[in-house]
This record gives sequence, C-alpha cells and structure tokens, in this order.
Amino acid sequence: MKHRNVVCCVCGAVCDDIEVGLVGGEIKVKNACALGRARFQELTNEDRIKEPLVGGVHVDWDQALDKAAKILKNAEHPLIFIGSVTSTETMRQGIRIAEYLGGVVDSHPTLCEGPMIMGIQEAGMPSSTLGEVRNRADLVVFWGANPLQSHLRHLSRYSLFPEGRFRKGGRRDRKLVVVDPRKTKTAEIADLHVQVDPNKDYELMSAVMAILKGNDVGGDVAGVGRETIYELADLMKNCEFGAVFIGLGLASSLGKYRNLERLMKLVRDLNRFTRFVIIPNLGHGNVSGFIQAMTSASGYPFGVDYSRGYPRYNPGEYTTVDLLRRGEVDAMLIVAADLVAHMPRDVVRFMKGIPIVSVNVSQCPTALFSDVVLPGVVAGMESSGTIYRLDNVPLPLKKFVEPPFSFTESDEDTLRQLFDRLRC
Amino acid sequence: MQYIMMKNVVLRNGIVYDPLNNVNGERKDLFIHEGRLVEKMDERKAKVIDLKGKVVMPSGVDIHSHFAGGKVNMGRLLRPEDSMGHEVSKTGLLRSGSGFSLPTTHLTGYLYARMGYTLANEPAVPPMKSRHTHEEFNETPMLDKSGLLLLGNNHQVIEYVAEEDQESLNSWISYMLNATKTYGVKAVNPGGVFAWGWNKYINSLDDEVPCYNVTPKEIISGLIQGCATLRLPHPLHIHLNNLGNPGNYETTLESMRMGPMHITHAQFSSYGGDSWKDFCSEAEKVAKEVNRRAEITVDMGQVVFGETTTITADAPFEYHLSQLTGMKWSNADVENESGGGVTPYTYRKSSGVNAVQWAIGLELALHVKDPWRVYLTTDHPNAAPFIYYPRIIAWLMDKRYRDKVLGECHRWALERTTLPSLDRELSLEEIVVMTRAGPAKRLDLRASLSIGDEANLAVYDISPEETEGEKIEEAFSSAAYTIKNGDIVVKDGRVVREINGRTFWVKTRTEKDIKEDILERFRYYTIEPENYIVESAYIRNGVELDTK
Repeated sequence: MKHRNVVCCVCGAVCDDIEVGLVGGEIKVKNACALGRARFQELTNEDRIKEPLVGGVHVDWDQALDKAAKILKNAEHPLIFIGSVTSTETMRQGIRIAEYLGGVVDSHPTLCEGPMIMGIQEAGMPSSTLGEVRNRADLVVFWGANPLQSHLRHLSRYSLFPEGRFRKGGRRDRKLVVVDPRKTKTAEIADLHVQVDPNKDYELMSAVMAILKGNDVGGDVAGVGRETIYELADLMKNCEFGAVFIGLGLASSLGKYRNLERLMKLVRDLNRFTRFVIIPNLGHGNVSGFIQAMTSASGYPFGVDYSRGYPRYNPGEYTTVDLLRRGEVDAMLIVAADLVAHMPRDVVRFMKGIPIVSVNVSQCPTALFSDVVLPGVVAGMESSGTIYRLDNVPLPLKKFVEPPFSFTESDEDTLRQLFDRLRC
Repeated sequence: MQYIMMKNVVLRNGIVYDPLNNVNGERKDLFIHEGRLVEKMDERKAKVIDLKGKVVMPSGVDIHSHFAGGKVNMGRLLRPEDSMGHEVSKTGLLRSGSGFSLPTTHLTGYLYARMGYTLANEPAVPPMKSRHTHEEFNETPMLDKSGLLLLGNNHQVIEYVAEEDQESLNSWISYMLNATKTYGVKAVNPGGVFAWGWNKYINSLDDEVPCYNVTPKEIISGLIQGCATLRLPHPLHIHLNNLGNPGNYETTLESMRMGPMHITHAQFSSYGGDSWKDFCSEAEKVAKEVNRRAEITVDMGQVVFGETTTITADAPFEYHLSQLTGMKWSNADVENESGGGVTPYTYRKSSGVNAVQWAIGLELALHVKDPWRVYLTTDHPNAAPFIYYPRIIAWLMDKRYRDKVLGECHRWALERTTLPSLDRELSLEEIVVMTRAGPAKRLDLRASLSIGDEANLAVYDISPEETEGEKIEEAFSSAAYTIKNGDIVVKDGRVVREINGRTFWVKTRTEKDIKEDILERFRYYTIEPENYIVESAYIRNGVELDTK
C-alpha cells in the first residue's frame, strides 16, 4: 500500500509530500529527510507501548484511565504538558483538562521557542509564509539558525534552492547570508558568513539598525569588522525581497527575547527601504499549532495558569521548568513528549517525587517515571488531525494505518476519555 | 425527548418586529416547536414566557466581523495586553477566556449571544489558511458562521484576468470556494497587496499591477462577473483600493459604477481632502451614490473612541498605520494569495482625523435612505470591537445622545462633516433592518419570523417608544432572551446554554474543467493540492448550500 502526500510532523517545516509504502512489515519512505524517515519507522518500533501500565504493571484500559483520573483529581496544582508531535485537536483537549482542573498547561515553546514568541509580543513580527520567500526572495539570511542540521529540507524545498514564481533561477537568483558564531554546515555554503561573537547578536543588530538610520558605525562591533557590517546592511537594504530566518541561537543565547525583539524591529525598519520578512524556524513539528491553539483559547501562547478559573500568563512564573524547580506542582499529565529526558537534573529529581500520568508512543525516560502510562497513538499515521507549519500554514495529518489497539483512536480521544472521567 | 421539549417555547405578548414580513411593532404571540416557528401549538408541552413590555425581533446578523482565523489570532498573540484585565472565568457551564478587542473563541460566541446576535460572517479568509479559520469556527460556540475568501490579490486570479480568460477565472473561483469551504468572494485592495510584495503601491483603479499587465479595475470586473456566473448568494464583498487615504471617496464613487457589490466599512472609504491637514468627510456624496444605485450595499465600519486592534488583509495599510503611530506591527504575507497585518490603534476624540472618522460612519447610516442597504458594523475590531454595537444603535436612534459625543469631539467633527445638521433619528424598525433582516438578506440567508423559519430571535427589555440613548444602549447590550434554533441560550444577558452553531459554505459548479491548469498553478505553492483542500468532515455542523 502506498500513501502519497503524507504530512510529516517531525520538525516545523512540516513537509507534506512524503510517500509512505507499507510492504509486509516493512516501511518504505520517499521524499522525507533522515529525521522524517526515522519517524515513520515508529510504526514498527520494538519499544512501542501497546498496553496501559500502572506502576509498571500491565492493566486494562479502564483501570489505567481510572487511576489517571484519580491522580489528576487529587492534585491541587497539576501541570499538563502537551508535546509538539501531536495534533492541535489533542492540544485543545489538553487545554480543556487544564482549565477544568485549574492547573497549568504548557508545551515546547517553554523550553525552546518561548523567547521568540515574547519577542513578537514586544515588537511584532513582520512575516510571511515560506512560499512567499521561495517565490520572491533574492536574499535569505539565517541568523542563529542552521537548517542543514535542524530542518533538513528547508533550503531545498522552501528557502534557497527551489525555483520561485519570480526567481526562476532558484539558488542562482538568491544570496545566502549566515550570521552565526560557528562555522556551521549552512555557513559553509553561504555567500557571506558573518561570524559574530557569541552572545553579541544584539550589538550587531543595533549596528545594522544604526547604519540604516544613517549613522556611522566607527569600528568593529561584536567581533565583526566594520566593512562586513556595512556589507550586511547594504545587502539587506538593497535586496528586492529579503527574509531572515531565526533559530535557537538567538532565543537561547544572552539577551534571549530581547535579541528577537531587536531583530524584529530591524526587519520593520528594513521595510522602509524594501520588503523584508522574518520567520522563526520553529523546531518541533506542531509547536506553531500549540501556540495557535493556546492563544485562540486563552489569549496567551504558552505557560498558562488556570488556577483562578481564568487564564494567566507570565513566563518565568507559570512555565514548566520554573514551576517544577520551585516544587509548585503536585501531579503531571505529559502527552506526546519525553520531558524527563530534557529537563535539568534537579527538576527531574523533583518529578520523581510526584505522580505522573503520561501518554507515550514508545518507551522513554518519561514513561519509566510515570505512575500511569497510556499508550500513545502515532499522529499523522494512526490518527488524523491538524498541524501547523512553522509559518502558521495549517495542514492535515492523515491516518493511514490502524493503531495496534482498539481502546483509543487518537491521543485526542484518550484525553477526551480521561476528561469524561474527570467530570464524573 | 427532554431536549426537544426545551425547543418548544411560547412567547406571549411580545412587541414583534419582523421587517421581512412587514410586521412593525405588533403585539403577537410566537410559537416555537422543535426549533421552528409554527402557527400554533399545545402550550402544555412548551415553556411559556410572558414578554409583556418587551420587543422581539430576529437575532442579530453581523455581515463583517474579523472574529476568527490566522490574522485574528496573530492579533491575540501580538497583544497579551488586550487580554490582561479582560479575563473571564470558567463557570459550571461556560469556558474561560480573555480579550477586549480580540476576545478568544468561546468568549466571542458568548459576547455576541449576549447582545442577541447568532450569525457572524468572517470576511477575510486567506485560502491557504482557511483550515485555521474553520478550526476557530469550530471553537466558536453560539454563532452560525460563514467565511469570505480573499481573492483580490490571488496570483491565479490576476493571471486569468491578464489572459482575459473569464471562463477559467470562474472555474478557478469555484475551485477555490469548494476547496476552502467558504461562502463568497472578498477582495481587499485588489492588486495593491500583491504590489506591496515588491514595495510598490496602487493608488487608483487604473494603476498597473506590477508583473502583470492588469489594473485593479479589471480584477474587480472579473470577480464581479465570476460571482454572478457562479450564482453566489453574496455579491463581491470589497474593501476598496485607496482605503484609509484622504480623498479616497473618488475611488469609492468610481468603484460603485462597476456593478453589484457590497462595499464594506465604507467609513474608511468616504474621505475628502488632499492630505491629513484638509481631511474631511465626503460621506454625503458616497451615500447619495448608494441611494442612486440599487445594486450597491454598504456597511458602516463605525468608529468608537478608545483603544482597539486593527487587523486587515490590506497589509500595506497596516504597515503605514504602524509607521504613523510607532506601535508594534505584525505582518503575514500568504504566498500567491494575500497578505495581512495587525497593529494596535487608539481613536481619540481630541484628534481631528479621528473625530471626522467617527462622524462619517454615522453620516453614512443617516444619509443612506434605505436601511436595507446600509448595515451596522464596526469592521470589528478595526474601528471598534463589536461589543459597542448597542452604543451605535443608541447614537443612531437618539440625536441628543450622539450630539453629546459630538460636543466632546475635536471641532473638525463639527466643521468638516454634515453630522451636526443631521436630525434624522432611526426608528426601531430601521435598526432591526440594519442589524438583522438587511444583512441576512444580502447574504441570502434569512432573519425573519415567518412560520416555518428557524427560531433565531432576540428579546430586549425596552419599550418600542423608548427614545433615550442611555436606555437603548443598555437594553441592546444585554438581551432579555436570545433564542437559537429554539434553544433559549441567553436569559437576562447571561448565557444559560452553550450550543454549537453551524458553518455555511457554498457548493458551486462550472462548465470548464481546469484540473490540469490547477495542478500547474500549484507549482508555486509550498503545499500539495491534495492537502490544500479542507474536507467537509473537518467542519463542525457544516451546511453546504448548493448554488445550482
């Protein structure tokens, strides 16, 4: 059986042209990158969780759900963490549970892209879809981003190489600039690599802004030579349509969301001379979907506290790591994420002491930590739903095989069943 | 059975307004059986409500409100400050939410229902992001919904117009509507948003759109013809070129001569003067032209003073507004199709321009003679959030009430508009037309109390003779009852039952098969044609209207 135009949900680039063939027990994948191909093998993963577990012991589905509901009902301040490799429908159901319980709901932006979102709240984000870059851009800048190792098909499918409506020559019609302290794979193929000093991006952005405003930059800034800064400013100002893609290099270095705010303001200024857009290279599959779902439900993008019955947002106060580090949470529901493998050690130590319910596709440290494990359904293969690409383009996740069990149809269904138990 | 019982209601002694049936303030009993209005029924099997001293009318219909979808959510994301201090708690019945100018999905439904509204038309669906709009429609309770598809800057549309291939253009429009499950066609600054992709501007209907040898006029003509050929229930819904610029009323008059269309938020397109210095109202001229042309309808886009969020597919407009104010700005160009921008804005009484803008909306409503052709909107949230509709109703019905505001405004409102000289006060019947029967008719939907119709109606605690603005505003802010398909969903201004409304879309057919061409044109999209299509199963309570 061959399935065409399957949507991949590994990274934020959400390629929708994947071909998946199921021949006997084997899975053949076309068009996907190495990360995508590995994801589709999940269907035959030997570590697949197929039965519910309570305290590490196999139990039936109803028993597991009852136990999960009991844990969450007894909690005074539960944290619901919804991962990104799942549908927005699952996320909405998770948000609903958090609201009902008066808990906190959070997702991957809290660990990775949060500063980008906060940058938007400060400055606004002049952006576009990826196709607009492909069709129009003659200048592509990757700032603190390294797509050749994070979004493997980014350059070939969207931003650099492909033919565009008004860029028939593809790569030949575009300039590639990389701003990165390291000589990354992407930097190696760049027309200009601006090797900024680590943690000095803010200064470099400010210098470019100063030049755009007609001021002189006297000497080197942020480890970058004066001439290179002028060259960068010239390229940006004089292109016909420019795009800057931003990565965790900015969100996770010194300055955090201030870096993003600065860059968004720089892009805003560039629009006085030409058209310029800024697009965050969101990492995990449906990060964008969580931000959309959370914002449309509560007005806030991540780290939302419902303990007073209405949504509250204050990064650092209601966000996962901070809550766990301060020991403010007394139970967790973790869906489609291996949180334990990615948390600081003292947080993991705290998590060991509180009851955890998790929904996981396969064995992982989070499942091992969990009091209740509910088997996960592989989104985009065993269940349908909605996913948002990093540029907020919504795409359909499509089911093409049955899950290996009958007690639930999808993670959304699992959470709905859990919600029904919480209410009775 | 118990549920059906709840849909059986007898409304006694209400003063009924039903313009479609020429019922104008008559004391009547209404009978609702299983969600529909009937001649008579067994009262023992129904809930009987005495509405003595209250007025009854079809529930409200908003023909133009940006309440769901990518741009709206971009606004919510940009503005946490719009949510803070405007949070609403969950109850045993209702979801929580937040937002003043951009309420979250559930809250949007509750707020509309409280005012007695049960239908809202989202007028800016970018085709490629229509799934997002539908996802938010699914999450917006209480309301029936429809969406209009942004096609005025669609590259394929422009190409077909350039090739003078109207037949293929019709097929393309049909394909797009069917793929995105939308209800009609919207054009926003036709050609202008595309041009801004190259940092170029379109300032008149005859400017050439870069890269293609066409003008906005030709795009508009092609779309008007397409809407007619496809027998769409709603004509071309247009946000005109040159919107927001001094002197743009001439573009407005010129556009009106092109054929049947609904000109939305006409307030933003009725400006005189050559610059912001000699900015003035030309609402009277625009209204006169509307009076002359039966095929034209408008909605107000009424300004209410205060802070709001502006969101429009007219991306260059938002950019310029943000340059003017220095406020933060988000933008979202959509490949091959459209654009969109968001920036906060505050309308001030002390600003001459804002004061004139405020007057223009009212002037339009008062100068247009036929209430069936001018509808009450605020272009939510651009000129004001929709929660202000009751205040606007009161301004239109009570000259004293609006003159009070006029007196507080910058003198330009007195000197550069005709509002001070307008004595007209709209009757309750005219308001019922402007806020329900009229917009519904223009959408080819029904807002009436005919026997057999769905029971979608609102009851307000107000005397038909009431002339005092304060009381009118209060009454319309909080419906005594809102009834949706026979369910009592609001009582005394409180939502007492959450229901899911429906989503309407059209099914169209065309002669010419352009399947191959469609695939060819997808070459410059970054998603596959198959994944572009929103399946009907995706839509909660979808209703397909076949135009055959």
